[in-house]
Order: sequence, then structure tokens, then C-alpha cells
Amino acid sequence: MNETMPVLSSRVIRVRESPSWQFLRRLWGNHLAVTGFSLLLLILFAAVFAGVLSSYDPLTMIVADRMKSPSATHLMGTDNFGRDIFSRVLHGARLSLEVGAAVMLFTVGAGILFGLLAGYSPRLDGPVMRVMDAMMAFPAILFGIAIMAVLGPKTVNVVIALSVVYAPRTVRIVRASVLATKQLDYVEAVRAQAAGHLRILFRHILPNCLSPLVVQATFNFAYAVLAEASLSFVGAGAPPPTPSWGNILSEGRIYMQNAPWITIFPGVAIALTVLGLNLAGDGLRDILDPRMKT
Amino acid sequence: MIFYLARRLLGVVPVLILVALGSFLLVHLVPGDPAMVMLGSDATPQQIQALRTQMGLDRTLPEQFLIWMRQTLRGDLGESFFLGRPVTQALMERLPATMQLAVLSLFFSLLIGVPAGVLASVRQNSRWDQLVMVTAMGGISIPSFWLGLFLILVFSVRLGWLPSGGYVPIWEEFGPGLRVLILPAISLGFMQAALIARMTRSSMLDVLRQDYVRTAKAKGLGWWRVVLRHALKNAMIPVITTIGTAFGVLLGGAVIVEIVFTYPGLGRLVVLAVQRRDYPLVQGALLLTSVIYVAVNLAVDLLYSVFDPRIKYE
Repeated sequence: MNETMPVLSSRVIRVRESPSWQFLRRLWGNHLAVTGFSLLLLILFAAVFAGVLSSYDPLTMIVADRMKSPSATHLMGTDNFGRDIFSRVLHGARLSLEVGAAVMLFTVGAGILFGLLAGYSPRLDGPVMRVMDAMMAFPAILFGIAIMAVLGPKTVNVVIALSVVYAPRTVRIVRASVLATKQLDYVEAVRAQAAGHLRILFRHILPNCLSPLVVQATFNFAYAVLAEASLSFVGAGAPPPTPSWGNILSEGRIYMQNAPWITIFPGVAIALTVLGLNLAGDGLRDILDPRMKT
Repeated sequence: MIFYLARRLLGVVPVLILVALGSFLLVHLVPGDPAMVMLGSDATPQQIQALRTQMGLDRTLPEQFLIWMRQTLRGDLGESFFLGRPVTQALMERLPATMQLAVLSLFFSLLIGVPAGVLASVRQNSRWDQLVMVTAMGGISIPSFWLGLFLILVFSVRLGWLPSGGYVPIWEEFGPGLRVLILPAISLGFMQAALIARMTRSSMLDVLRQDYVRTAKAKGLGWWRVVLRHALKNAMIPVITTIGTAFGVLLGGAVIVEIVFTYPGLGRLVVLAVQRRDYPLVQGALLLTSVIYVAVNLAVDLLYSVFDPRIKYE
């Protein structure tokens, strides 16, 4: 930050920048992040305006229009029930983004809560982390399927299942940065001023742990989108006929030879969304966590 | 070393107990009565009562856990409701197929990922580097089942080179067994190959900057000898750390890929069990795979010493 008086350079006058403005400027300079966030904005736009962008209802079956290949009337063709794939893919984006965002919020919440507790309190560290180890021992997708089997096929349950599956690694990351941060002199100084534990944790330690957490949150979003698609693909996700990228794909599977468009487009949608999130995550990591720069 | 081994083995015990508790509690989290859910709405009260007794649901939860634990330690995971036979038997029948898929995928991902990562790091910012990084970015974004479907479309349907499904135990007939596994292993392993390539690259870039690599070069050693003998060995440490995790991901991911390739492994069994609400089977599969995961991670930890003698097992 430039604390001196505004300096007149050859052409621009640069006034003191606020940290958030500085962050945005660096974000804008990072090609990975810009590409990633642009892709995500595009998909978000498609999801929000799904009803406007497509003139077809994602659930309406038009038997006369079964298995039509992509054309001007049906941009991505139709499926075996004559439903418009374009409309189904757009509505599927809603589900994917909703599930992804919800899982991201819950895992970050759990990460902050348990990560702070484990990292800050030596007494809780052992028990909390052993539970996290055990949860991480369950193979992710299988664990998700098992939770869905128990809770039943509902979108809310997909969010619960995937949050349980992906929370432990977030807890680990927060804990690791809390452990590193609490050694620092300034935390000692705050403690010497008799600050309460909560104040130390939330005002002084947490802000220092945010960078890896933000990066991890982006990746959690990506994992959740992929996992949601996988769960719907095996029939353990949101119940049909709700359009989800995974179940459109799985329904189109048997017609792949004659009607490959049913499987191609939802797959492209998943890949683009996850790509956008991964690019954004890599970009954020370069900016926020320069030590991790690859 | 023996002390270290003993300590690591002991350290695994609480995790295993928690894993068992988790698998056990999962079925007891079923909203309502598991017996009722399993039998469906047209079951008579007598049938439900009989199943409750059979499952031990009329006892307290800690009691049920202890009984279940005792049986589990004896290798008895209960009876599958729909297969009408012991869960252990059903799982053990399917496990080899899934294990050979997961192991081959891991092998594939290392075989592709490590050289690609080394190439990218040695020629940093070159065309090769860009090619590897872009492919890897694609690799971590493409869902395995989608990749699998397209591999089938291209290599089985169009070209007719490889089978689109089926299963031959690789230890009985190596050639045909391997042929059947190639496409599933690629679809399952591609994402891990991409992750390993990214990790190898960044780890190599760190190591290549270090003084000892410069010293080795200054001594007049050949470039590739420095890279492969001196740098790669150290750069592999973080990569090996992730092999255990990667194996867990592959074991879980196999569920999805098995569906695509109609491959008779654990995955298809589990998906079937989920559809039929066959909880003992789901529970058993979860427990079995996580125990394998814990064991593999333990083995990987112990393997460190081979690569990094600096780690002292005190």
C-alpha cells in the first residue's frame, strides 16, 4: 500500500488503494482467475435465466419430437421422451450451482468451526482430528451414496451428504493455518493484552487463515458439482424428473450410439463448470497464497 | 523402526474404531424404523417385529454396537436381505474385481502423471509445459463416467479395438483380463493422472531450484541424470504422500466407472444394494473399503523411509 502523498506519475494519478481494491486489481491481472470467473458468470447467467433462454419446459414430453438431433428449434436436440435437452441442461445448471454453493457454504462453516477449535485448543485437537481422519477414510463417492441411501433421494440430502463428505479436508486446512498462525508474535501480543479467546480466534487468527480457506472453498464447489453429477448418474442424487446433469447423462446413456447429443451436452456443461471453478481456484491461490504458486 | 511400526499401528486403532462406529451409526440414522423402511409399506407388523429382533433393534444402541462389533471382528457382517447370503461372502466375491481396477488405474495415473509432470517442469513455460498443464486442467474437470462413455463410443463401438465391458480375472488370463480393464482404468485414472502431473511439476520446480541440484550440475553430471537421479527422488515425496489418498479416491470412484462398463465389482453391488435398501450390504461395503484405505495409507507412510531416509522413525 502506498502511504505517501498521491504521486504524479507520467500519466496517472494513483491514490492510496484499499486492500479489497488491490485484491480485485490483482485478480483482474490473473488470466486463470479471469477465465475461470468469466466461465462461472456465463453458467450462472444461464442458470438464472434458464426459463427465459429456452422456450421449452424441461419436463414437458413431446412424443412427436423424440430423439431429434440438434437444430434451430431444439438447440441441443431432444431426448427419448421428446424433452428439450437445452432447457434441461440450463435447468440442470440451477441444481448443480445450488448444490455446489450450498456444499461450499456448509463445508466452509464446518471448516471454520472445527478447524478453529482443533487448531486452537490442544485438548480438542486429538478427538476432532481423529473423527475427521475416520470420515476421510470413507471413499468419498461411496460415502455419499451410502448417506443418500439412508436419507433418501432428495436434493437437500445431496447437500447434506456432500457436505459431510467434503467438510473434513476443509477442517484440516483451517486447523493447519490456525496452528501456524497462533505461533506468531502478534497473537502472543494480543494474548498479553488479556484478550478473550473468542476475540483472539475470530478477530486475530481467523483473518489470517482466510486465504487457504477461500481457495479450498472454490475447490469444494468443484468437487460438489462433480460429485452431485456422479450421484445422479448412479441414481443416488436428486430424484427424476428434476433435471440434473448427472441424470440426463445416465438416461441418455443407452441411446448414445444413435443420439449422442443427449450425453454430450450435459457432460460439456459439467466439464465447463468444473473447469471454471478449478481455474478460479488456481488463480485465487496464485494471488492469495503465493507460496503455493505452481 | 519396530517402535515406529508399533506406534503407527496403534495410532490406526482409534481411527478404525471410529470408522466402524460411523458405518454402524449410518444405518441407525435412518429416519424412522430401519426395519420398516427396509420391508416397505406393505409389511405386516409381525414381519417388522421379526426383522427388528433379527437386527437386534430392540436392544439399546451401545448394546447393539458391541454385538455388531464383536461379529464384525469375526468377519461376520450380517446377512444381505436381498441376496439372502452373508454380506462378507458377497463383498469378497466382488472385491478382487474392484481392487484390480483401482490398482491398475493407480498404476496408469502414475505412469502418465509422473513423466508428464517431469517433462513440464524441466521444460517450464515451453510448448510441452503448456500442453501438459492444459491437458491436466481438462483432466481434473472431466467427470470419469463421461470420459468412460466416450472411450466406449470411440474405441469399442466405432473402432472395435477394445471391449466395452465385462470382466476376466487378470490372474487367470492376463491378456484378455488386461484388455477388458484398459478403458475402465483410463477413465478412472485420468483425473488422478492429471492431479499427479500437476503435483509432480510443482514439486520438481521447487527441487530443481535447490542448491544441491546446481552442485550436481556443476560437477558435470548429465542433465537427465541430475533430473532423474537427484531431483526426482526428492520431488516424489509429496507425490507419494498423496498416493494413499489417490487410492481411496479411485476405490470410491470405481463405483461410478463400474456402472459405465457393466463391470461386476463392489460398485455395482453397492448401487444395487442402495436401490433395494439393503443396509447391511451398504454398511459392509463402506466398512471394507475404508479399512482398505486406512491400510493403504499406513503402507504408504511406511514407504516414506525408502524415499526419504531423513525421516527418522523414533
